[in-house]
Amino acid sequence: MTQRPATPRRRRWLEYKKATPLPATIALGIGVWVIFFGIWELSIPMGWVTELLVPGPQKVIAALYDLFANRGFAADVGISVYRILVSFVAASLFAVPLGVLMGSFSAIEAFFNPFVSAWRYLPAPSFIPILLMWFGTGDAPKLALLFIGVVWFMATIIMDHTKSVRTELIETAQTLGGNRWQILTTVIIPASLPNIMIAMRQMLAVSWTYLVIAEIVASTDGIGAMMMRAKRFIHTDEIIAGIIVIGVLGLVFDYLFRVAHRLMFPYLEEHGR
Amino acid sequence: MSAQQNVKLSVRGVGKDFSLQNGDCIQAVSNVSFDVHENEFCVLLGPSGCGKSTVLRMIAGLEEPSAGTLSLGDHEIMGADRERGMVFQSYTSFDWLTVKQNVEYGMKLNGVAKAERSERADQFIDLVKLTKFKNAYPKQLSGGMKQRVAIARTLANEPSLLLMDEPFGALDAETRWNMQELMISIMESTQTTVVMVTHDIEEALFLGDRIVFFSTHPGTVLEDAKPSFKNGQRVPKKEDVLTLDGYAEAERHIMKLMREQGIEDLDA
Repeated sequence: MTQRPATPRRRRWLEYKKATPLPATIALGIGVWVIFFGIWELSIPMGWVTELLVPGPQKVIAALYDLFANRGFAADVGISVYRILVSFVAASLFAVPLGVLMGSFSAIEAFFNPFVSAWRYLPAPSFIPILLMWFGTGDAPKLALLFIGVVWFMATIIMDHTKSVRTELIETAQTLGGNRWQILTTVIIPASLPNIMIAMRQMLAVSWTYLVIAEIVASTDGIGAMMMRAKRFIHTDEIIAGIIVIGVLGLVFDYLFRVAHRLMFPYLEEHGR
Repeated sequence: MSAQQNVKLSVRGVGKDFSLQNGDCIQAVSNVSFDVHENEFCVLLGPSGCGKSTVLRMIAGLEEPSAGTLSLGDHEIMGADRERGMVFQSYTSFDWLTVKQNVEYGMKLNGVAKAERSERADQFIDLVKLTKFKNAYPKQLSGGMKQRVAIARTLANEPSLLLMDEPFGALDAETRWNMQELMISIMESTQTTVVMVTHDIEEALFLGDRIVFFSTHPGTVLEDAKPSFKNGQRVPKKEDVLTLDGYAEAERHIMKLMREQGIEDLDA
């Protein structure tokens, strides 16, 4: 007996909990950029904006090329990336162990948490004047700002992730004969590591924010400093080029973190050995 | 077989009070005494809220008694250690380890040499019939398989006592039934001593060499008996237990106890 074909149903674009087919997903993702550049491109001939304040896409791309090819912008990018990496590694080396210990032992939390919480509520940029007085104008004040801007939040988030390690996992290890150190290294850290990595990825994005603030306020090199120089000469195309470079670097770092996550935690995937 | 052998675990006059946030104190368990013998399967049964899990946690050393003593062999239980391995109702396989690494985990903590560890792990993985999944990660396993990993991991660590807190409570009926039969075969092949908490009457009657029934408010031992209909024998297949003389009687008796305790619970 042949089966009667099912009656086709109406397909709608917006549907709860339905995946969009891959070709449509790609087309939509490109579409938003086409519209964005289209509006940008059109806005000058249409007279919505003056070219002096909003240069067109080609001018920005030309400025980007000029910056890298003739003006040694790669060195500025390099110094910015260096500042991000050094301060982020330093903040992680401090915040990860502190957060893990605070999340594991309530006495350590009771001691550090009032302190960490207080620092967390102080806006990091408010330290810029005093950091400049303490450290002068070199790399040190920027690294210090990035460090204090990130470290307290990171410690708190990691504490929460460590606390959420299930009690039964710890108790299982206890009834198998594990001591406190063994449980820390073989249960608590591996169980919370995927979330710790996610927290670090999010805090890296925050690092970029503070970097630009630090470089705009007081710096002679770095991406932010280039943008402030461009402002003085009304080179809006270079300012926008700087913003684009920061955006691209952010995406690249984020992507690297995600790849690392996938490589480090293959067991989180449902299928495949 | 569970004959009259040495007392292995002895619980004497044990009580447990919990203090609440508002300063009140509730007595969860009061004056509990019972013994568990060598190679015995002891089931702690009772309505929810009777404190049977609290008693099991005190045996494990995860909870401190407010009164009385618990002792294993000739020494008092003073905290959690490898002597009393616990299998929980929720899944406790370590996600980041393969099945084999999970089973080796306890032995690794206790410094068992690598070759011996590997050999013993294989043996216990075989016992719980997971050989094909030795290198799989827990994410790829079903609920019943995860519980088998937990059982193998605990047994491979050679505890004196295997503690189980409603280990099959989260499984579907057919899997639960398979796991119960697996427990019978493990009991026969490993000479383990088990204390298991459940509120499933059929499970208690099928598995228990001894059934300790708890009452509520406060939790204390109401009855401590060996199911007489089994004549001291373990029955490997669950359906065969149902037809034994006296099974229905025993089930009815326990259901009645459950109901009385349950109604008390509603009135309280």
